[in-house]
Amino acid sequence: MDHDDLLGAYRRLRLLREFEERTRVEFQTGQIAGFTHLYAGMEAIAVGVCEHLTDEDRIISTHRGHGHCLAKGCDPAAMMLELWGSTDGLCRGKGGTMHIADFSRGMLGANAVVGAGAPIAVGAALASAMTGGTWVAVSFVGDGGTNIGSVYEAMNLAVVLQLPKIFVIEDNGWGEMTPIANATGNRDLAARAAAMGMPAVAVDGVDFFAVHAAAGEAIARARRGGGPSTLVASAPRFYGHHEGDPQLYRSREEIADLRRREDCLPRFIERVTTEGSLTAAELAAVDADIVRIMDDAVAKAKAGPRPVPGDVFDHVYARYR
Amino acid sequence: MTIKSMRDALNEALHHEFERDPRVFLIGEDVGGFEKDGQPVEIGGVFGVSKGLYRKYGRKRVIDTPISEAAIIGAASGAALCGMRPIAEIMFADLTAVCFDQIVNQIAKFRYMFGGQCACPVVIRMTTGGGRNAGAQHSQTFYPIFTSFPGLKIAVPSNAYDAKGLLISAIRDEDPVLFFEPKVLYTEKCEVPDEAYAIPFGEAAMPREGEDVTLVAFGQSVNWAVQAADELRKTRGIRCDVIDPRTPSPLDEETILESVAATGRLVVIDESPPRCGLTADIAALVADKGFRDLKAPIKTVTAPHTPVPQARELERAYLPNPRRIIAAVEEVLA
Repeated sequence: MDHDDLLGAYRRLRLLREFEERTRVEFQTGQIAGFTHLYAGMEAIAVGVCEHLTDEDRIISTHRGHGHCLAKGCDPAAMMLELWGSTDGLCRGKGGTMHIADFSRGMLGANAVVGAGAPIAVGAALASAMTGGTWVAVSFVGDGGTNIGSVYEAMNLAVVLQLPKIFVIEDNGWGEMTPIANATGNRDLAARAAAMGMPAVAVDGVDFFAVHAAAGEAIARARRGGGPSTLVASAPRFYGHHEGDPQLYRSREEIADLRRREDCLPRFIERVTTEGSLTAAELAAVDADIVRIMDDAVAKAKAGPRPVPGDVFDHVYARYR
Repeated sequence: MTIKSMRDALNEALHHEFERDPRVFLIGEDVGGFEKDGQPVEIGGVFGVSKGLYRKYGRKRVIDTPISEAAIIGAASGAALCGMRPIAEIMFADLTAVCFDQIVNQIAKFRYMFGGQCACPVVIRMTTGGGRNAGAQHSQTFYPIFTSFPGLKIAVPSNAYDAKGLLISAIRDEDPVLFFEPKVLYTEKCEVPDEAYAIPFGEAAMPREGEDVTLVAFGQSVNWAVQAADELRKTRGIRCDVIDPRTPSPLDEETILESVAATGRLVVIDESPPRCGLTADIAALVADKGFRDLKAPIKTVTAPHTPVPQARELERAYLPNPRRIIAAVEEVLA
């Protein structure tokens, strides 16, 4: 990665983090309605994968989707407007946090049904293969989501049809509030995917560079017709399953310890500054810019136009009668 | 114009649309075929509806899948979101229970929850209904439950002519369509034009007209309603409007309400169980919007609130028939 690539990657890592920290504040003060699931702690996975993708490549995200949207290029203000339910939101206020999509960016939606994105992304990969495209499709799923059958149906079909499809498994060790040990018989998630007949590797999802390298290999293989792959990346979830989750299942010390030892941002900063590829001043300038971007996004969201009751009828069908 | 079976009419519709639009493809279990010793071996669908497509278009557009209904529907919908025009085949409507999420939470919602920024023009074809002694898990209709979901369109043809025209409309539609093929009607024949034609959704057919009683029926029940109407006319001089909505969603409410306004009497017939179904739905529609036109209570003729039994005698007892429809007509005329 050259200087600009590294600076861009840092910019997105920081944007993802600040978006979630800011969303948390606004949610807790009652500004945002509904359920929200924060991605903080896992940013290196979304950014490490999506740095390889263009707008033509398609991704499908999870209920914990803000990070994937931002990494894929969705506008943070348009996303914040969507969280607020404004008609200027990416989905005109019809989707909200769990259904943010931006088809112009190849972002085919966050998805509130665990595991459901995997088969749909197989269809996107099928469209690429059928039309002779070189674009790929990526679905994200958590470790909890690897226990739902449709994910394996999707993996098997992608292998049978040798589609340009990458399955990214984000292992944060929790399926909602249940620890992985109580939910997953074989803790080796890469082995489970490999058993379906495709290359599968596991990397440290806190290490942006490890994710970036492994994702690059899988995506390049898919682009040249080499079929699907699975990438397992483990990283902590800094907040609860959803905002408002009291996290009675883990201590504050445990969470503080995760923040201290397994935070992808300090890890990234340490490496690029030690190598001398980015300076502290450059990073600080990015940080300041991201704060400004998030202030602007929240201000826009608060002032955004509101839907009117009649809007409930729009976009059900292209044409019904 | 020649006499064709519903199977052949549907097959023609698929061939027309494959020819017309290179984005159209078929995906499902046993829909295509495979190569053996360098020679194509065609399957063409368990009921033969997709015969000839694999030989003509190959595996690229006629895609056999594993027995993985969620993957079939996901693959179809994802491709549709990326500009393709997929037709997914689920062998029996009962099996949509295996991929219910992909249909009702995903396909039905994409356009709405993404604020209108996408279309999901997918057609899901499946066989429906009883009459083949296929037992409790291969004989259900399932179209009533899907009719309740906004975002989906539902078609249930009752004859070969409608089957061809409705399937062509379904494939050309920008919205997702669930297309239910009554499996006992595959071999039933009628006149079907050779060329492609589209029957618009939301327009009922009226195979019989009469001023005494309105019969509304769906799928294979339409044929029983027609037989009952013919019998009543011949033996009793009672004349019935027989209305086949053809697409439960969108529903042609006007034709039903206009007919009831003229006859004042309504019998609704469907082979599904009675609760939360299309018969209750049509009865509620008329009670709500046409109550003052009614001269008698509405009657419904349905299956009982039981699973579909297998034995011939039991399935015969389970399904509606012309005799039960005639009895219901006599009640509303009493």
